Amino acid sequence: MLRQSWWKILSLVLLIITFIAGFLGGVPAKPILNETIRNLYFHVSMWFTMMILFIVSLVYSIKYLRSNNQVHDRYALEFAKTGIVFGLLGLITGMIWANYTWGKPWNNDPKQLGAAIALLIYFAYMVLRNSLTDEDKRAKTAAVYNIFAFAMLIPTLWVIPRLMDSLHPGGMGNPAFDTKDIDSRMRMIFWPAAVPGWTLLAVWITTLRIRLRSLHDIKLNA
Amino acid sequence: MRSLNHILALFRKDLLLEIRQQYTFYGVVLYVASTIFVLYLAMGQPEEIVWNGLFWMIQLFICINAVAKSFLQESRGRMLYFYSIAGPRDFVLSKLLFNSILMVVMSLVSLVLFQMLLGNPLQYFLKFTAIVCLGGWSLSLVFTFLAAIAARAQQNAAMMAILGFPLIIPQILLLMRISGTAFADVVQAGLGQIILLLIGLDILVIALAIILFPFLWKD
Repeated sequence: MLRQSWWKILSLVLLIITFIAGFLGGVPAKPILNETIRNLYFHVSMWFTMMILFIVSLVYSIKYLRSNNQVHDRYALEFAKTGIVFGLLGLITGMIWANYTWGKPWNNDPKQLGAAIALLIYFAYMVLRNSLTDEDKRAKTAAVYNIFAFAMLIPTLWVIPRLMDSLHPGGMGNPAFDTKDIDSRMRMIFWPAAVPGWTLLAVWITTLRIRLRSLHDIKLNA
Repeated sequence: MRSLNHILALFRKDLLLEIRQQYTFYGVVLYVASTIFVLYLAMGQPEEIVWNGLFWMIQLFICINAVAKSFLQESRGRMLYFYSIAGPRDFVLSKLLFNSILMVVMSLVSLVLFQMLLGNPLQYFLKFTAIVCLGGWSLSLVFTFLAAIAARAQQNAAMMAILGFPLIIPQILLLMRISGTAFADVVQAGLGQIILLLIGLDILVIALAIILFPFLWKD
């Protein structure tokens, strides 16, 4: 299925819809947020994509431990890498947004801290991988850390932001956004177009990277 | 029942080694004492927020030092021997138990030293002591498992810090938050919730250690 092209075309179509409808479509006029509410289509979608990719990476790590198949380890690694890229994009889009709504790009908001911690955890995953040279040992140790880290990530991203005061839309409740802030026009772009569009793009990037690495390996072994 | 015996036997072995060599214990005590003494020279007697922050940061470094060698001290041959007589789950549980006790003792020692050197801004001493025990336990569990991972990378303490600091930040944040209530009469919303969350996290770490350690063990 991943070799077919329909989902790549779909990704592009969804992203074009997101960009056109996201910038031109109607949005509810909210105080403070105003037009920055359109960042939902980009910033929040980046976080959804990052979370989905980290979950996929986790699944491949579990699969690796069950099968000892090096391919699964590579999948886990590349999905985590693309997840980091989307996490960084989420952080940057959030900081640009915060600069206009909160006055500063960085406010030590619990949600910003959680996002930064999540990225640090996955940077540590990369460092751990680089510190081991033996392939099997590296794959196994990294898979164990990936599973452990993901379990510790859940409270960081899903529980603690709900316990602490925050300026972020959604306040003390939902970590992503306040569902009362957006209306049906925005929902029609966010759920069917923005989230799957960015996610498919991320999967596309990941599959390209995996294929590149496989080609590299073939070249090395030839 | 059998595995409980194994865990206790392995725990006794660690404890006996400790009593005979007295290397970790006094080593870490000296580490704790000299770090806190340096802090005292640098800061004198700081105010509450600084005191609290310093205390938990010191706990973090003590934990890394106390726990770091727990997997490296075992040679390959000895690991193989434990593997044949006990199995990985008993082994990791005994390490978790030993390090928990070691860390709680170290936390209490550092609390006493903090009181002596950096002053006593605490209003509710018993409450803070209870939080310290919970915190020491939480830290020791996470870092014991990370020590097992870092032992595979053969460069223990530095690797543990790199792997562990991002993972432990949420717990440290929560601990600092709830320990704030021991300094003055402040109302902390969701105090019970936070404590439950911390205990839940500890149980999660133990469960993950039991599930994941067998994979680290096999070479």
